[in-house]
This record gives sequence, C-alpha cells and structure tokens, in this order.
Amino acid sequence: MSSTATFKIWRGDANGGEFRDYQARVDEGMVVLDAVHQIQAEQAPDMAVRWNCKAGKCGSCSSEINGMPKLMCMTRLSDLPLDQPVTVEPMHTFPIIKDLVTDVAWNYRAKKMIKPFSPRPPDAPDGTWRVAQADIERIQEFRKCIECFLCQNVCHVLREHHLEDKFIGPRLLTFTAALEMHPVDIEDRLYDLRKLDGIGYCNITKCCTKVCPEEIHITDNAIIPLKERVVDRFFDPVTRLMRAITGDGKK
Amino acid sequence: MANGAVAEAVNPAAAVGVTRRRDAWWVQPLVVFLALSGFVVYATWAAFQGKNYRYTGGGANYLSPFYSPELVGNPHYSWFGGRPGWWPGWLVFSPALLILPFPAFFRLTCYYYRGAYYKAFWADPPSCTVKEPRSHYRGESAFPLILQNVHRYFLYIAILFIADLAYDAWTSYWFINPSTGQAHVGMGIGSLVLTINVLLLAGYTFGCHSMRHLCGGRINKLSECPMRSRIYGCVSSLNSRHMAWAWPSLVFVAFSDLYVRLCCMGVLTDWRIF
Ligand code: SF4
Ligand code: SF4
Ligand code: FES
Ligand code: FES
Repeated sequence: MSSTATFKIWRGDANGGEFRDYQARVDEGMVVLDAVHQIQAEQAPDMAVRWNCKAGKCGSCSSEINGMPKLMCMTRLSDLPLDQPVTVEPMHTFPIIKDLVTDVAWNYRAKKMIKPFSPRPPDAPDGTWRVAQADIERIQEFRKCIECFLCQNVCHVLREHHLEDKFIGPRLLTFTAALEMHPVDIEDRLYDLRKLDGIGYCNITKCCTKVCPEEIHITDNAIIPLKERVVDRFFDPVTRLMRAITGDGKK
Repeated sequence: MANGAVAEAVNPAAAVGVTRRRDAWWVQPLVVFLALSGFVVYATWAAFQGKNYRYTGGGANYLSPFYSPELVGNPHYSWFGGRPGWWPGWLVFSPALLILPFPAFFRLTCYYYRGAYYKAFWADPPSCTVKEPRSHYRGESAFPLILQNVHRYFLYIAILFIADLAYDAWTSYWFINPSTGQAHVGMGIGSLVLTINVLLLAGYTFGCHSMRHLCGGRINKLSECPMRSRIYGCVSSLNSRHMAWAWPSLVFVAFSDLYVRLCCMGVLTDWRIF
C-alpha cells in the first residue's frame, strides 16, 4: 500500500539556494535515494544527485538526511518519521557543485600527501612475501572503506574549523593506519602524522565512527592507536630513550 | 579552495547549537555533564571529610577506595603514621587528598572520557553536526591539551591502585573476633561491595587504550609473539567496551565510599552473610 511523504530537498549552488518541498509516493522497502530518483524523474529533472551502486558500496550518494550524514541508498524510509518532512541536503563540509552534489576532490589531493605502501624486500626468491593471517586481519577493517567521506564531512575539525591545511581527517587517518600497521610495510609515517597530518587536532569525539556506513571503528582502532604511536615517538621519554639506545626502527 | 561553501550556502549564519538533527542530541552530553559533575562534587566532598572512611565495626576492616592506600591517617592502620608535620595548617587533614589526584588524572586523560567531556563541558562539538560556540580550535595539537599524551603514566599508577584495592577486597573477608582477637574468614555486604569495586575498576583499567598499545598494539607482526598476542586479544576485548566499563566503575567507586561511610556513621548496618 503506498502513501506519500514530503521531502525538503536543498536546491542551489555556490551562490546560495533553498529547501524546496516535494511529495513522493512511499512504497514498502524504499530508501531515500528511491524517493529522490522519483522526484527527479517526475518533478525536478534538473536536480543534481550523485549515485552509482544503490547498494552502499560506491560511496557516491553521501548526503545529510534529517541533519545526519548518511548514504541516501542505505537510509530506509521506514526508519524515518514520515509524518514530518524529510530534509535532504548536500554534505556541508565540501564545496557545493549543485543541489545534492559536492566537490570532494580535496580528499583525493590530501591522500596523495600520505607516504605510499613501501614493502620490505620480498621474503621468497619468487618475489613474494609471507604474512601471518592474524597480522593482516587487524587492517582488514580499514580496507572496507568505500570513500563516502561522510566521516570527513562530520568531523568538526573540517566541518566547523576548516583546518584542511593542517588535518587530513578521519578517512585519511584510517588509510594511514592501514599502511602504518601493515606487517610488510617499512615506511615511517609518524613524523608526518604529527606535523603534516595533524593527528593532534582530532579530539576523539567519535562522530566519524558514528556515521561510518561500513561501521569501521575509526577512532578506537585507527586514530587512537596512531596517537599512541605518536606518543611513543614524540612524547614518552622512556620510549624515546629506548629508541635512542637500541636504535630500533618502528617495526 | 572555497571552504565552507556548502555550510554557507545551506545554512547561512547558523547560530550555536543549530542543527537539522531531529533526535534529542543534547540528551547524551547532558547526561555526561550531570554524571561527571555529580561525581566530582561527591568525590570532593568525601575527600575533604577526613573521617568515616574505614569501617571496623563487628571486626570488619573495610577501607573506602577514595582513601586507599591509607598512606597517612590513623596510625594504627596507615603506612606512615598520623598527620605529618609538613601538612599545611590551612588544609583539612584528609588522607584522600594524597590519593584521589591519581585516579582523577587517569580518568581525566582517558581517551573515552576526553571525547565525552570535550562534548559535554566544552561543546567542542556539542554533538555531531551541531554548531559550535568557538571558531578558534587547536584540539590536542597544542598546549594545554597536548598534555593529555601523558595518559600512559597515569595508567602505570592506576595498575598499582588495582593491586592495592584487590588487597583491600581480600582484607574485607577477614574479621577480627573481639573476644579472641583472632582473624577469621567471613563475608559481609561490604566485602562484596569492595570486591565488585575492584573488578569493575580492573575491567576499566585493563581495557585502557594505552594498555592495548603497550601490550601489543605497537607491534605490526604480533603473531611472532604468541604471549603478547594473547594479552593483546584480552585487552582489546575489554577495550571494545571501554565506555561500558568506564561508567559503572565510576559510579561504583563512589558507591563503595558511600557504603563504608554510612556504615561508619551508623546509618547502615553491614549485613554479615557468614
Ligand atoms: S574522532 Fe577525531 S577524526 Fe573523528 S570526527 Fe572526532 S575529531 Fe574528527
Ligand atoms: S571510513 Fe567510513 S565514513 Fe569514512 S569514508 Fe570510509 S566508509 Fe565512509
Ligand atoms: S549509491 Fe553507491 S553508496 Fe549509495
Ligand atoms: S583510555 Fe580510558 S583509561 Fe586509558
């Protein structure tokens, strides 16, 4: 049985815009992206919306639904209070292109600053490595990231304070953690983490973890362990002394 | 780059606390604010009492965790005798004042509490996607919050406290028979209170993020150290519920002090199970 619901969708560009009301038919099993598509097809053919997979895997359809950063394709209408209008707006942190579409290119530029994977010399003559499953499992979680940038969008360091020049944000800290904790990698990123990536700006308030559609424990499993490694390197006199005595590398 | 373009276009001149969230986002920071404030008020009050912290009625020996170890205080029990000569004349004499700063700084620098009180006390941010009151921000990258990096040193002290409180819990199962002066095993409600207290505090302390790092998180090839790998697994499992340990252990440590205090004051009778 279908009913209707009101959607307040933000329409505009960098010069400004407004919320416009649209009515959409609601059927069982619909997600917000279905409603947006219906509105686009029937009422607003010029409305810009980015999407690709409709399966929560491409990370394109990030937006803010009733004020919370979410994927449009993974937000069921049955989970929203449809007696009130549903607000749909673009992510606030990034520059607007049009309507629901923002320019997330900064994330890719910032990613290039991170030192890439650099493996130790191969373990076997055929050029391969031997890795224990247990050691690689820890970083598997980070590899689930779909680069939806909802975490970057919600992080107050970027969203409120726009410290893009000083802080790479939770997605890229997770990316760094996957490299830094890799059992084969021998690169050292601790100096960069502190000085260039600005890990100290994160105040572990966990909004990134809360919005991640892949349920990656960004703060607990990536950022805090990296902060602890930075403490080892820069703040803890005992680990600094041990390092000086043993000349120990990081890994 | 045109930073903030969307925020400005979508939400011009948003005021503090503005959000389009529909849920009661303010409930969680408010609860944290009230709970932490309530604890600080009670703990400060209790620390300045300087009495009613060791219950010895009925041959029991229950020491309030706020006063443990009793470094100075009652010369019969304390490690270093009565009120020391250097104790400032203007300051109430209370052994808890030598103890409480350590667990207080351990909690203050705890990663979980940091995130929670930055929101509840500093509104930094008030809650996710809610407009903040300040435009200037340095987080933990500069003084004073860069000092939070000292956390692991408070962890080392906290581990000593766990050992001490475990000893107190053990002591609480020994009762002195007033006629013979002999100690015998028994169990009162106070014994259970002090036991639960140390178990909750241990669950909180051993799930610390710094603990997790030090016992294995810092190594990338942990499988080469099977023992550490096992410890890392245990600590990680406590760590994944660190918040769920943080609150009960906080409430219960205050309750333990209150229980001992009320027994000392004669308001409660410690019920002996055997
Ligand atoms: S935990 Fe850190 S990275 Fe995540 S949203 Fe909060 S400040 Fe940003
Ligand atoms: S970490 Fe999670 S929220 Fe952040 S970009 Fe990846 S999938 Fe999205
Ligand atoms: S359309 Fe691919 S994640 Fe939503
Ligand atoms: S992180 Fe909470 S006690 Fe260390």
